[in-house]
Amino acid sequence: MTAGLALDVLLAVALPLVGLAAVLRRDLVQSVMLLFSLGVLLAIAWARLGAPDIAMVEAALGAGVTGVLFLSALARVGPDDAAPRAASVRVALAALAAAAVAPVALAVEALPRAFEGLGREVLARVPETGATHPVTSVLLDFRGYDTLLEIAVLLLAVLGAWAARGGAPSPRPPAPGPILTAAVRLLLPLMVVVAGVLLWVGSSAPGGAFQAGTVLGTTLVLATLSGGVALPRVPPWVVRSMLALGFAVFLAVAGATAASGRALLRYPGAHAAGLLLAIEAALTISIAVVVWALFERDPEERRAEGEAGGREGEAA
Amino acid sequence: MTALDWMALPFLAASAFFFLAGTVGLLRFPDLFTRLHALAKADNLGLGLAVVGLAIRSGSAAVAVKLVLTWLLALVASSTSCHLIARGARREGVEPVRGRR
Repeated sequence: MTAGLALDVLLAVALPLVGLAAVLRRDLVQSVMLLFSLGVLLAIAWARLGAPDIAMVEAALGAGVTGVLFLSALARVGPDDAAPRAASVRVALAALAAAAVAPVALAVEALPRAFEGLGREVLARVPETGATHPVTSVLLDFRGYDTLLEIAVLLLAVLGAWAARGGAPSPRPPAPGPILTAAVRLLLPLMVVVAGVLLWVGSSAPGGAFQAGTVLGTTLVLATLSGGVALPRVPPWVVRSMLALGFAVFLAVAGATAASGRALLRYPGAHAAGLLLAIEAALTISIAVVVWALFERDPEERRAEGEAGGREGEAA
Repeated sequence: MTALDWMALPFLAASAFFFLAGTVGLLRFPDLFTRLHALAKADNLGLGLAVVGLAIRSGSAAVAVKLVLTWLLALVASSTSCHLIARGARREGVEPVRGRR
C-alpha cells in the first residue's frame, strides 16, 4: 500500500502548511479560501483514518459552512475591521492559543500507550442498542448524555449569535443571474434527498442526525445566500420551535426514561430503534435550522421591524 | 493487475495528464479568466476520465452509476462557481489581459 502511504504523507505535510498559510495571510479573503482547502484536506484525512462519519461532517461544515460564515461576516464589516491587527496583538493571541492547546497536548502525551481503546467493548454491546452502526450507538446510546448537552450548546450558540448581531439585516446579495438560479434549483432537491438518506441509513451505516442536519442546513443556507430561490415564509414561532425541537424531544425521552425507573437515556429495548429514529429526525431538523440561523437574524426582529414600519406608515 | 485494471489504466493516466495540465495552466496563465478556463475545463475532463477509469476498475454497475452522478454534480458545481468568480471579477473591474506579455 505504498500509494496509500504517499497520500497520507502528502496529507500530513499539507495540513499544517495550509493551516499556517490560512493564519499568516494578510488578505482575509485569501485566508478564508485557504480555510476551505484545509476543510477539504481534513475531510480526506478523516476518510483515510477510517472515520467516514466525521469526514462527512467535516466536508459539510469545515469545507463548507464555516468558510461561508466567514465570507458573509467579511461582507458585513468595513475594511477597517478587516485590517490585520498589530504584530504585538497577533503574537499575544498566538501565545494565548498555544497556552490553551498546551494542556490538551500534555493530556494526549500522558495517555497510556498500550491502551487498546474501547472499540472491542463497544462492538460487543452494539446489539443491545437500537442501532447497528457503532458510531450511532455510541452517540445516541452509550454517551447519549453528552450528545444531549451538545445539542443544548448548539441552541445556545444560535442565541449568542442572534444577540450579538442584533437586528441588522444581511447585506443584499447581488442578483443571482440565470446560471446560479438554475444550478441552485437543480441542487436543492438533490441535497434534501441526500439529507433524508443520511438520516435514514444512520442507524446501520455512516450517517445520522449530524450529517443529515448539516447537509439540510447547507441547503437552506444555499437557498438563502444565492437569492435565487425564495424559502417559504414561516412565522417566527415556527422557526424557534424547529430550533428547539431536537433538544426538546431528546430531553423528553431522557425525562421519560428517568421517570420510568431506568437510567437516564437507557432506552427500553423494544422501542429503542423507534426512539433513536425519532430523536435523530428531531435533531436533524434542529441542526439544519441552527446552521441556517447563524446566517440570518432572529425572525422576530424582522417581524418587529415590519410592524414598526407599518405603524410609521400609518402615522404618516 | 487484473484485466479490468489494465483497461482502466489509460483512462486514469489520461486523467492525471489533464489534472496536471490544468494545474500548470493555473500557475502559468496570465490572468484570472484564463486560469479559470484552465481549471474548469481541464479538471472537469480529468475528473470525468478518472470516473471512467474507476468505474471500469470497480466492475460494479451500482458503483459506476454513483461515480458518474458524482461527476455530473461536480460539473454543475464547478461550472457555476467558475461563472460566479468570473462574473464577480468583471463587476469589480478586473480586465482580461490582451495580447502577448
